[in-house]
Amino acid sequence: MEFVIQQLINGISLGSIYALIALGYTMVYGIINLINFAHGEIYMMGAFVGYALTTFLGLGFIPSLIISMITCSILGILIEKVAYKPLRSSSRISLLITAIAVSLFLQYIMVYFVGPETRTFPEVVDSERLMLFDGKVILDTRNIYILGITVILMVLLQYVVRKTKTGKAMRAVSQDKDAAELMGISVDKVISVTFAIGSALAGAAGVLVGIYYNTINPLMGSGPGLKAFVAAVLGGIGLIPGAVLGGFSLGLIETLVSAYGGSIYKDAVAFAILIIVLLLKPSGLLGKDVKEKV
Amino acid sequence: MKKRLLVILSMALVLSLVVGCSSGTTTGGTASTGDTIKVGVNYELTGAVASYGVDLNDGLQMALEEINDAGGIFGKQLDIMTMDNKSSDTESANVSARLARDGAIALLGPATSGNTKAAIPAANENKIPLISASATADDITLDTQGTVRPYVFKTCFSDSFQGVMMAEFALNDLSFKNAAILADSTSDYAQGLTKAFTETFEASGGTILGTEAYQAKETDFRAVLTNIKALNPEVLFVPGYYEETGLIVKQARDLGIEAPILGADGYEAPKFSELAGEANDVYYSSHYSPNDTAESVVKFNQAFEAKNAKQPNAFNALGYDLGYFFKDALERAGEVDSEKLKLALEETDGFEGVTGLVSIDEFHNPVKSITINKVVNGEPEFLKKLDPK
Repeated sequence: MEFVIQQLINGISLGSIYALIALGYTMVYGIINLINFAHGEIYMMGAFVGYALTTFLGLGFIPSLIISMITCSILGILIEKVAYKPLRSSSRISLLITAIAVSLFLQYIMVYFVGPETRTFPEVVDSERLMLFDGKVILDTRNIYILGITVILMVLLQYVVRKTKTGKAMRAVSQDKDAAELMGISVDKVISVTFAIGSALAGAAGVLVGIYYNTINPLMGSGPGLKAFVAAVLGGIGLIPGAVLGGFSLGLIETLVSAYGGSIYKDAVAFAILIIVLLLKPSGLLGKDVKEKV
Repeated sequence: MKKRLLVILSMALVLSLVVGCSSGTTTGGTASTGDTIKVGVNYELTGAVASYGVDLNDGLQMALEEINDAGGIFGKQLDIMTMDNKSSDTESANVSARLARDGAIALLGPATSGNTKAAIPAANENKIPLISASATADDITLDTQGTVRPYVFKTCFSDSFQGVMMAEFALNDLSFKNAAILADSTSDYAQGLTKAFTETFEASGGTILGTEAYQAKETDFRAVLTNIKALNPEVLFVPGYYEETGLIVKQARDLGIEAPILGADGYEAPKFSELAGEANDVYYSSHYSPNDTAESVVKFNQAFEAKNAKQPNAFNALGYDLGYFFKDALERAGEVDSEKLKLALEETDGFEGVTGLVSIDEFHNPVKSITINKVVNGEPEFLKKLDPK
C-alpha cells in the first residue's frame, strides 16, 4: 500500500511535467495543425533561463519562474514569426521539417554557448520531507510545488480559453481560420498569443524540472519533448483537457512500468502506446471523430 | 602580399621538415651501440583525450628521469623515445610500430583502452612487451577467444575487478549480508561491475535482493528507487558514471533510503558532489587518492608538487608507477632483452607502487590494492587501501 502511494507520488510529479509540455503541443496543433517539434527545446531554454536567474542573479523561485515564462513566450513568438509564419501557406511537411530544424538549431546553439555538460540547478526551494505512514511514504515539498503550480497554470489556462475574448478568438481560429478572419479576428495575433501561452507553460515546466531533478543540459528537451508529444496524442491532440489527461496518464504508466520491474522498457512502453493509439483511436482518448474537411 | 604569403608558407614547410627530422633523430643514431636502454613511450599528447595522456606522461617522465638521475638501470641511461599518437587509434598503431622498429625494449602507454588495443599488433609482431597503466577494459590482455596476449600487460585494475573488491568491502569491512544493485544498463562498464559484484557477493554468502536498471541520460530514478526501498537492503551498489549516479544518490536520500551506497571510479569527478548534494555514507573505489597518508604516496605527492606546482591526480600516479614497474621488471630480467623482460613481467609479485601493491596474474592483469574513498558531507575522503587476497 505505502509502496503504491509512493509510486503514485512519483508518477504524478512526472506526469505534471509531461502535461505542462503537452499543453503547448496541443494548443499549437489546435490552431495551425503543426506539430511543433521545437517545443521541447523551449522547455530546455526555460530551464536554462531559470538556472541563470537563480545562479547568477540570486533570484528566488517564484520570480525566476515568472521571468522564465515571459522569456519563453517571447522566444515562442519569435520562433513562430521567423520560422513558421513565412511558411504558413506551404505544405504541412515543410513546416514539420522546419520545426525539426528549429529544434536542432536551439539545441546546438546552446551547446555552442554554454557547453554540453550537465549543470546543477541550485536548490532554491527548501525541500522539506513529510513522512507519512511512519516514514514509509515520503512527500517532498517539491512534489507539492510541482503539482500545485501545474494545477494553478492549468486553471489559469482554462480561464483564458473559456472566459476571455482572446480565448474565444483562439477557439474560433482553431475551428475555421478563414471564417474567423472574416469576423474581424486577427489570426496572426491569435497565433502569436497561442505560441506565447504554450511556450510559457513549457518554460514553467523547465524551471520545475530544474528544481525537482536539479540537473539541466542543452539536450534535455528532446526526451521529454517526445514523451509530451505522446501524451498529447494519447489524450487527443488539439484538445486541452486531452493533453492534461494524457500527461498524467503517461507519467503514471511510466512509473508503474518501472515499479513492476520493467524500468528498461518504460520508453518502449511509452512509444508503444503512441502506436496503439494511432492505430485504434487516432483522435485520442477524449477526441471525437471529425471528418477532415477536403 | 602574395609573395609574403609564399615566403611564410615555404618557411613553414622548411620548419616542419626540420622539426620532423629532429623528432626522428632522437630515435635513430644509437640503435645498436648498447650504452643506453631504449624505451618507447606512446601517449595521447594532443587530441580528444589528451588530458589523460598528458597526465600519464607527466607522471611517467618524472619516474624515468628519477631513474636516470639515480644512475639508470645496469648503469645504463634510459633513452626515452616519446611519441604522440594524437588520440587516434591509427596513429597509435603507427607510432608503436615506429618505436618498435627504432629498437625500443618495451612500449609504455597509451592511455585509453581503444588506443592500447591499436598498439598491440606492433608489440606482438616485434616481440616486445607493451605495458599500459590505464587501459581498464577487461579485454586488453586477453583476445576475443580468451587467450592471453603474450606481450601485453597492464598495471591498472580492470573495470570488473572493482566489482570484486567492492563486494568484499561490503561483506568484510562493512559486514553486510544483503545488497541491492541499480546499474546502468547501457554501458559495458556498469554491466561488468554488476556481474563481478554479484558473483563475489553471492559466492561469499551474501544475498542480492534485487537488481534494477537505469539508462544513461535519464534524470528520474524515483520509481526504481522506490522499488529498492521496498526491498530494504543493507547496502546499495550503483555502478555507473557520475552524471547519473550523482542524481541517484541524491534521489535515494530524498526518498529516505539511508543504506550506504557503493560505487566505482565512475564517481570520481567534482560534478558528482555537486549533483549528489551533501551526501554521506557513499563509498567508491579508485586507483589512487591524493589524501592517502602512506609514506610512498606522501613522498610522491611532494616530489610531484615540487616539479609541477599542482596536486597529482590518479593518472599522474599511474604513470609514475608505470616507470618504476618497468624498472623493477627489467632489473629482475638481469639484462636488456625483451624476451627476458616479458618473463620477468609475468613473475611480478608484490611490486610496491604509489597506487598500491601490484602482482601480475596468469592473465597479465594486475592483482593490486584498490583505494576506497568515503564521501562525507559531499566531499570524498580517503578511507583505506584494500589489498586483494
